[in-house]
Amino acid sequence: MDKLTALLAGLLFGAGVTLSGMVNPMKVQNFMDISGKWDPTLIFVMAAALAVTFAGYRLVLRAPRPRFAPAFVIPSLQGIDERLIGGAVVFGLGWGLTGFCPGPALASLVFGYWPSVLFVVAMAVGMLLARYAFLGKNENISSGV
Amino acid sequence: MNQIDTPLIVTAFTPLAGLCGGILIGLSAVLLMGGLGRVAGISGIFGSLLGRWQPDSAWRLVFIVGLLAGAILTSLLGGFDSDSMAFPGNPLSTVLGGLLVGLGTAIGNGCTSGHGICGLARLSVRSMVSTAVFMFFAVATVYMMRHVIGA
Repeated sequence: MDKLTALLAGLLFGAGVTLSGMVNPMKVQNFMDISGKWDPTLIFVMAAALAVTFAGYRLVLRAPRPRFAPAFVIPSLQGIDERLIGGAVVFGLGWGLTGFCPGPALASLVFGYWPSVLFVVAMAVGMLLARYAFLGKNENISSGV
Repeated sequence: MNQIDTPLIVTAFTPLAGLCGGILIGLSAVLLMGGLGRVAGISGIFGSLLGRWQPDSAWRLVFIVGLLAGAILTSLLGGFDSDSMAFPGNPLSTVLGGLLVGLGTAIGNGCTSGHGICGLARLSVRSMVSTAVFMFFAVATVYMMRHVIGA
């Protein structure tokens, strides 16, 4: 059941970024072009996703544990440090430059355009570079922490 | 803008599709937390798959397979026209951007989904700071490219 849940969650995510048009990097970059070809769609995507997640988390986190796993794995890091800020700066530069962030970039692979492939391969290299050059080799790449 | 760059095109404002897609993304995050107790952060899920196989690799791989299938299904059902896609920049900027996104999300522990949605929904201060910073730098980058350098 845990694999089926992960599959369904992936399906919903892939459908969400596709239906909202976020798999189109031109649309995302136009969101960032506030003084130019502004397309505010991304605000609506973020607002809806955030509202559902905010309400849903409060509902599911009332349970003593998740349905198909022993415990909730909630990020426990605290405090604002150079790593958090520096990472966000570098990510922001790359997101602006391309209009791609990890979820939509992966989903866009299925449409068979070469820039998607180029981006995802470079992103994987960047992640491995971070792991081996900057972070501890044994450190897991985590998200939303 | 030079000759090899993709010409910039206007994209239609689609608030309804945006809202519906956002709801699906939110449902995904809630399902993954309620079912597996995990944050739906794509940079972490994907990044953890680059390397040795771990006990958590199975659900992560299945999630990514689902993500790809969800994109295919949505376009087959007419929810997205992939002919409308356009990729800003050129091969060099695409590779550079991919490297920066990989580095930045690994160093800063998350991306638009992990910090921007799941983290904000948990009212995490780290995620609020991260989201504000990467949004600002993305907007500033596009401003520089489109209105300062490429103007």
